[in-house]
Amino acid sequence: MRSTAPVQTADGTDRPRLARHVRMGFDPARGQHVLLTPEAVTVLNRTGAAVLELCDGQRTVTEIVAELRGRYASVDDDEVRVFLDRLAARRCLETGDAEAGRGRARRA
Amino acid sequence: MPSAVERPFGLLAELTYRCPLHCSYCSNPLDLAAYADELTTAEWRRVLTEARELGVLQLHLSGGEPLLRRDVAEIVQCAGELGLYTNLITSGLGLTPHRAEELLAAGLDHVQISLQADEAALSDRIAGVRSFEHKLAAARLVKQLGWPLTLNVVLHRHNVDRLAGILDLAEQLEADRIELAHTQYYGWALHNRGGLLPSRAQLERAQEVVRAAHARLQGRVDVVYVLPDYFSRYPKPCMGGWGRRQLTVVPDGGVLPCPTAHTLPLPRASVREHSLAWIWERSPLFQRFRGTDWMPEPCRSCDRREVDFGGCRCQAFQLTGDAARTDPVCHLSPDHGLVAEAVAAADEGARSGEVVLTPRRHPAAGRSR
Repeated sequence: MRSTAPVQTADGTDRPRLARHVRMGFDPARGQHVLLTPEAVTVLNRTGAAVLELCDGQRTVTEIVAELRGRYASVDDDEVRVFLDRLAARRCLETGDAEAGRGRARRA
Repeated sequence: MPSAVERPFGLLAELTYRCPLHCSYCSNPLDLAAYADELTTAEWRRVLTEARELGVLQLHLSGGEPLLRRDVAEIVQCAGELGLYTNLITSGLGLTPHRAEELLAAGLDHVQISLQADEAALSDRIAGVRSFEHKLAAARLVKQLGWPLTLNVVLHRHNVDRLAGILDLAEQLEADRIELAHTQYYGWALHNRGGLLPSRAQLERAQEVVRAAHARLQGRVDVVYVLPDYFSRYPKPCMGGWGRRQLTVVPDGGVLPCPTAHTLPLPRASVREHSLAWIWERSPLFQRFRGTDWMPEPCRSCDRREVDFGGCRCQAFQLTGDAARTDPVCHLSPDHGLVAEAVAAADEGARSGEVVLTPRRHPAAGRSR
């Protein structure tokens, strides 16, 4: 049984973070951020990378959207939620409150 | 980088073709002894460094059984330091608590364990060696250590009817993901094709089981089912296009656009003679079927030419003798009759009883490091 609940973005109170088997990094060969999962590499645009950098298991979805609004002129709430929902459906995100700190340390 | 050439995302490192298992569907070459002169740890370090510079982000460590190399943890550590995502594809044999801890410390990201069936007798018979209990122990160990677990099951006539049990087992083992992939007919599998192809009736039952499992296991176990290409209307987009997304390095340093491309009558390329960048960007082997210019009809004018890239070059060669023809799996291929005949024979074979399978032999002992 999964120990972490799937992220729900609807009410904005979940605190998403990258799932343990997922890593984000900057790829100097392409000059872009990438999301690494067991079977896929997702090349992220700047906004996508900015959203995921805020998914630290501390901030709520609402706070993430607010933070992005402060940085970028045109932030579409729904777009951010759709982006997070899509990653949650691929199980790339977990909620931050579940068993924080369990398991192995993630490489920086 | 030349403008028509994209950067690769994934490197499949076939560290050794040595393996404790004897699966009759193995896709390794038939002449395993030719690969005994394996790359050293230092050579792998250079390959990984060059791969990272070229744009590779994912490293799949496979074989044979990669754990038969004593230096897997060293290779994993090197890959992690370079920023590569590391995925170990293993039979589970040799994944002892000691080695698992060593790999965890080295930073291994993900483990895939193969299963042959859902119970010991059949699984051990398919693998040709007692291995089922070791596999279960290895799968439990992976979960205990906090790794995500993917189970890989190659499907064929002798285990496809066990799919429901296999999915139950995946659930019990708390697998995060299970890949159910029908046998692809290369290497030993092509040799044994008559005894491995399932019947259409078996396939239809399997699809029902998978549909039900998708619904039942949603959110718990990710069920990935790969349809057998012999039964599809269109071919698979092999490797996402020749020399486009992935490359394979075989145990002796040969570099291939896909793991079975050694079967093609093309010039060789090796990291012992050239840089990985030269091989990827400029070698005649990687240029041969890149893009769409090489395509014959019906591919050339097909609007799917950049969807499936003409299918699999190895399959075209194995079935027609010409690697530049349309993959005969495609129903638009003038050679499609070759596949239709094999499928019809499988229906017949499944009715008439057993075909003798040739188990994969062990290669002559490779240099152990």
